[in-house]
Amino acid sequence: MTIISGKKREKIDRLAELAARDEERGVSLWQDAFRRLRRNPAAIVGAVILTIFVLVAVFGPFFVPYSPKDTMGIREGVVRVGQGLIPGHSAEHWLGYDHQGRDVFSRMVVGARQTLLVGVVATLIGLAAGAMIGGVAGAAAGLGGRWGRWVDATLMRFIDMLLALPSLLLAVSIAALLGPSLTTVMIAVGMVSVPVFARLLRGSMIAQSNSDYVLAATSLGVRKSKIALTHVLPNSLAPVIVQATLTLATAIIEAAALSYLGLGNPDSALPEWGVMLADAQQWLGIRPALAIYPAVAIIITALGFTLLGEAMREALDPKLRK
Amino acid sequence: MSERDMLVEVRDLKVHFPIKRGVLFDRTVGHVKAVDGVDLAIARGKTYGLVGESGCGKSTLGRALLQLTPPTAGEVSFDGVELTKLAPGKLRAMRRRMQMIFQDPMSSLDPRQNVESILTEGLQTHGIGGDREGRRKIIAETLDKVGLPRWALSRYPHEFSGGQRQRIGIARALVLGPELIVADEPVSALDVSIQAQVVNLLDELQESLGLTYLVIAHDLAVVRHISDTVGVMYLGALVEEAPSDRLYTEPLHPYTRALMSAVPVPDPDVEDRRERILLAGDLPSPANPPAGCRFHTRCPWAQPTRCADERPALREIGDSRVACHFAERIASGELRPHKVSVEIVRPEGEGEEPGVVSAPSEPGSFV
Amino acid sequence: MALLDVEELSVTFSRRGQRTVRAVDGVSFSVDAGQVVGLVGESGCGKSVTSLAIMGLLPRQPGLQVGGKAVFDGTDLLQLDDRSRRDIRGRDIAMIFQDPLSSLNPVIPIGLQVTEVLTRHRGLKGATAAKEAAQLLDRVGIPDPKRRLKEYPHQLSGGMRQRALIAMAVACQPRLLIADEPTTALDVTIQAQILELLKDLVRDSGTALVMITHDLGVVAGMCDTINVLYGGRVVETARRRPLFRQPRHPYTVGLLGSVPRLDAGRGERLNPIPGSVRDLLPWADGCAFAPRCTRRVDACVGEPPELVRTHDARSYRCVNPAPLPGVTPQPQPTEATGPAPAAEDEVEKA
Repeated sequence: MTIISGKKREKIDRLAELAARDEERGVSLWQDAFRRLRRNPAAIVGAVILTIFVLVAVFGPFFVPYSPKDTMGIREGVVRVGQGLIPGHSAEHWLGYDHQGRDVFSRMVVGARQTLLVGVVATLIGLAAGAMIGGVAGAAAGLGGRWGRWVDATLMRFIDMLLALPSLLLAVSIAALLGPSLTTVMIAVGMVSVPVFARLLRGSMIAQSNSDYVLAATSLGVRKSKIALTHVLPNSLAPVIVQATLTLATAIIEAAALSYLGLGNPDSALPEWGVMLADAQQWLGIRPALAIYPAVAIIITALGFTLLGEAMREALDPKLRK
Repeated sequence: MSERDMLVEVRDLKVHFPIKRGVLFDRTVGHVKAVDGVDLAIARGKTYGLVGESGCGKSTLGRALLQLTPPTAGEVSFDGVELTKLAPGKLRAMRRRMQMIFQDPMSSLDPRQNVESILTEGLQTHGIGGDREGRRKIIAETLDKVGLPRWALSRYPHEFSGGQRQRIGIARALVLGPELIVADEPVSALDVSIQAQVVNLLDELQESLGLTYLVIAHDLAVVRHISDTVGVMYLGALVEEAPSDRLYTEPLHPYTRALMSAVPVPDPDVEDRRERILLAGDLPSPANPPAGCRFHTRCPWAQPTRCADERPALREIGDSRVACHFAERIASGELRPHKVSVEIVRPEGEGEEPGVVSAPSEPGSFV
Repeated sequence: MALLDVEELSVTFSRRGQRTVRAVDGVSFSVDAGQVVGLVGESGCGKSVTSLAIMGLLPRQPGLQVGGKAVFDGTDLLQLDDRSRRDIRGRDIAMIFQDPLSSLNPVIPIGLQVTEVLTRHRGLKGATAAKEAAQLLDRVGIPDPKRRLKEYPHQLSGGMRQRALIAMAVACQPRLLIADEPTTALDVTIQAQILELLKDLVRDSGTALVMITHDLGVVAGMCDTINVLYGGRVVETARRRPLFRQPRHPYTVGLLGSVPRLDAGRGERLNPIPGSVRDLLPWADGCAFAPRCTRRVDACVGEPPELVRTHDARSYRCVNPAPLPGVTPQPQPTEATGPAPAAEDEVEKA
């Protein structure tokens, strides 16, 4: 057998190396998921929509041409509701006036901030409460033995009760209890998503508790509480994060629905898309565009969150990983 | 063999899982006797191999031995310490001395930990190695032992091939400096060419570190290759235990014979020559094992007396221990095998009583 | 003429933004009527994709490219339209998969699934079909077949499910049966039953069988001809005795050295192949096995090794094959194609 020359051997090894690996540093699961996310066109579209939305919500109010509360149309006599006169778009007022003579474009931009606030806070409320309950129940059920099963059963019956109530009804009753305000809307919408997050995290944690690496950690002698926090919880979060993104979309729609029903901020001077939509319904005959602007904005934003959420679900799916 | 230095002694170990039914309240309707009275001892520095088909309880036995699954009854003594009665804190401290290697190297590694963190976890738990530097040194040595490169430390499990992942799993067990390693199907998820690497690695580690192994596998060839003593399990109990070579040359239990004859050998000459004992039907459900000898429903040597109503105990014949009433008479050829009718076996969860049905067309119990 | 002739079959998956994967990279083999042919290899060697490509069962997705030929009884299966391919599938060629549970529809009784095949391809209906189905189950060794027909897949054990699948596969007396790891999910004693059943079927019906497996023991016991695959190509083809007695390709040698044998003693060191299946060289750059090969020489890199045919129906793709006993080892010239000089190869006396 001939001795293989050094140069050739190098070449073989290099080619094999190239075929086997493409990156030098370790890539964690999150990095890997992000990489796949970037390749997904739906994720890009969702991300672009949301970036625009967030930029408008954060910085837009500083650049609006008019105050959203300024009823200039009435003052100037341009808007005369009694005579069915609500002027549409013009060079000064890009989206025209509303029924109180306010600049619709400014209201839309400022409303974006309110809408984002409601969506994010409501989702955070639901996520925090749901994850807390679900996390405790999941850890107890997965690792806690007999006592754990009792804790889990008790918490879950409570969640089942929440789940049994129709979501809108629950929100309406919370709103009725606390009186109509923006906070009410946020709490109500958040409460509705609590059972979803709780069940999701619990289920995911129980599934993870049965996996071999938990057994491996147990056999290393690691404490159960530490296993729950360092192994089970981080591995159970992916579906919850995806759900949070999707919940943001529904939260915005639900908040709009509650505002529409008159459970939102009674001070309609501060614009919010749902409130604007509710107000616009009286003037549908005169100027339907007043309803179309906030409706389209809500739909596009919800679509952005949904696209990103679904793309994240795909990117984080372990089955799709090579 | 009882005279030798035994690291692990298992006495009459039982693990029964309740079968629960009910809509509102769980009702225990029966028990799956996954392990139902096993006695065995593992000599220090030796390898005990446990074989059997799926559902025979071999994995449960391994886990119960390490107290990862609480045993229902019985004793497990490790180096003289009774594990079943140990307080949780003391047991956790003991875990340093007995480690486990898993079948699926992917699912047994936390996908969000990199290799360094996987290997550090055990060290931190038991306070080994002192500071960060000390731990680093131990980890580096362990990587060398299992044949993994240094750059592996910053990588995550999904970036490795199956064989390398299994090496990470072995390193995790090894880093604590254990005396006993329970390896549950350590190679069955790996490719053939990689299996051999891991088998050789386990062999080398045993030689250099004096480890004691309990190797659990369904592959009789693998088990025989690495074990000094082999125990054959059927439906939760040992049916035969023998020195590795002896098990092959002189299998005593009918089930061992059948198992042995069913394992394909990569040699056409052997394959064409060998006598094949085809077992009729499937493994009975462990929730509802046959009375008497558990193997009698499929045993080609089953006799009308004793087999169906008296459960045979393990008894010593030469170097072996065997649980068969007629082992000597089968070995001497006095008893001849006969045809067995097939019994319908329901997959787990089907509560139906197994009905015995004769099947004249069953493709020959014997060839 | 062979019943099935697969020539230079290649399957590539390409996806935007990802490396193109050549799952099968020029596989050629042939199956004669009534013969049992083995495709052996480790995960990723392309053995399953090969069978799916022949059957036209690869999931349709953009970026999938199938090249080469698969000639079955004079027609190239790869050129057929869907309709005629479906006609051939099940009637002339049938397939058995690894996991019997997922290959059976869980909500339809076994009987209906078997009669469906009979109705589709043989035009049997009603009572006739049911009777034939019962006979089929009986033939594959399922006890009390009439009752079993009404049962659902989850009510049967793994071995019985695989038998039911085999019954469906042989329902139309196909001329070719492709079994993809048919016993991998089963226990050894059940595996022995199923292998015996397959052997009986082949013997009684004259069906040709392509056995796809990673288990060298399984092929040793049943195949007439064995193809060893590595990296999407056949690296060695031989009849079973010569292959096991004198493997020529270093990969075959390595595989045989890696398997612990039941009849070997305790403590004999195995001779594993270094590296992992991932250390693959693209065939275009040389021999895919070169990075792991202990016999590699300069000629292994640069050009793919040519197929060397020897007179005893053996062929291998290697420039420096394992020597035959009694022959001084020397590297073979790269240009050795076609029938090789007989001097180097021992004539099989049989």
